[in-house]
Amino acid sequence: MQPVIDIDKLNKSFGDNHVLRDFSLSLPQGKTIAVLGKSGSGKSVLIKCIVNLVEADEGKIVVLGEDISELKQEELDSLRAKVGFLFQSNALYDSMTVRENLEFPLRMHWSKEKREAEAERAVMEVLTDVGLAHTVDMMPEELSGGMRKRIALARTLILRPAIILYDEPTTGLDPVTARGISQLIVNVQKKYNTSSIVISHDLRCIEATADNVVMLIDGKCYALDTYSNLEHTEDPKIREFFD
Amino acid sequence: MNQSFHINETFFRETGNIARFTARFFKELFHRRQEFEEFLRQCFWVGYKSLPLVAITAFIMGLVLTIQSRPTLVEFGAESMLPAMVGVSLVREISPVITALICAGKVGSGMGAELGSMRVTEQIDAMNVSGTNPFRYLVVTRIMATTLMLPILASLSNAVSLYGGYLGVNIRGSVSWSLYWTQVFNAISFGDTVPSLVKTFFFGFVIGLIGCYKGYNSRKGTEGVGRSANSAVVVSSLLVFIVDLIAVQITDLLGLT
Repeated sequence: MQPVIDIDKLNKSFGDNHVLRDFSLSLPQGKTIAVLGKSGSGKSVLIKCIVNLVEADEGKIVVLGEDISELKQEELDSLRAKVGFLFQSNALYDSMTVRENLEFPLRMHWSKEKREAEAERAVMEVLTDVGLAHTVDMMPEELSGGMRKRIALARTLILRPAIILYDEPTTGLDPVTARGISQLIVNVQKKYNTSSIVISHDLRCIEATADNVVMLIDGKCYALDTYSNLEHTEDPKIREFFD
Repeated sequence: MNQSFHINETFFRETGNIARFTARFFKELFHRRQEFEEFLRQCFWVGYKSLPLVAITAFIMGLVLTIQSRPTLVEFGAESMLPAMVGVSLVREISPVITALICAGKVGSGMGAELGSMRVTEQIDAMNVSGTNPFRYLVVTRIMATTLMLPILASLSNAVSLYGGYLGVNIRGSVSWSLYWTQVFNAISFGDTVPSLVKTFFFGFVIGLIGCYKGYNSRKGTEGVGRSANSAVVVSSLLVFIVDLIAVQITDLLGLT
């Protein structure tokens, strides 16, 4: 089966800082891959390259069969609708209510008639899935960190993406809330049959959500294996993440 | 030498970036899908919400200009020229420029701070990755709103400042309501009103453009947001004067003065 994301020899530098060097990765349909690496190792840059928020210097990124470097803006916008992105900061629109936040992506991808007929049902459905149907008319500033994360996830789900990219989904949350978010990622993956890349430092989150883990070391895909295999490896470069 | 080169390089790079930003605005402006609801919301914020400040300033401006001008005219025995002089000064120059400067301070800084804050909290990136077009939603609507609202605000400012002038004339003298307005309208010609109205469209455009440009390209966290808001005011105020200078030259060349 063709992978939903295929990255081949990706390179990205910021000045003299070579963040990604010949990085390659394939994400199979329906699987979740976690990317583990030190701070500043280029994990977030990697997923931003996938949606072309950051332009790669070299290499090829094929998402759902389309080479993103060859797409025109409108084609890229259509592709982006199929790829959800959960930001570390949640990036909720703070001048809009939860309902408006969730309806915002629909304005570009749904016709006015469809929005009028189905937006309300779609909003309530995803809010129910993340367990926050009662917050629909609240402002983001009225929500806790964990609730904001769930609303941000609901916003990515409303367009029914085939792929979801999670940037540090549990960072800054207490262990109980973090566990809840990890479980939610698993539930979403099952219900919506999405393929995912999870960027995280949180080993519990990675263990709970990922089928495979990529070790991003020195800008390269240093190792790709299951969590339990990596946890028991003797390689000192990998061990320092688990000790 | 090196520092001078660096300043020149920064200036030309910034000018080039603003030109590119302007070109993108015109490209997006003529796209078939536009955000009319957001445009109307911005018109409300730029126009209606700026109205009290513009009106109060205009009133004081008309009043003070009249009071300050009287002694000089009295000295030359030309006190009866006061309504005409005040009317022409306000309509041609003072009212449009002061309105633009108030909007540069209020609206330009607001746009710089709002978009800057959205940039550093990744809200603009979130719009991008959801396949919506943040430039059309945030920038085009705001620039169009300032471009269309500033002439309206300047026209209202003209009316209020002239009323202030009427009160100013009557503090020391006694001029009837109808005589005052007759003298004002007799003094104001086509060449005074139309060029001054036309240039306010350009004032509005540069205020919206610079406010959005600075905010949209904000960097370096909260410090960057503050810097964006500040430089939006400084650069757009400066550009208001430059546009005014160019407008005066063109008006002069066309013989409308």
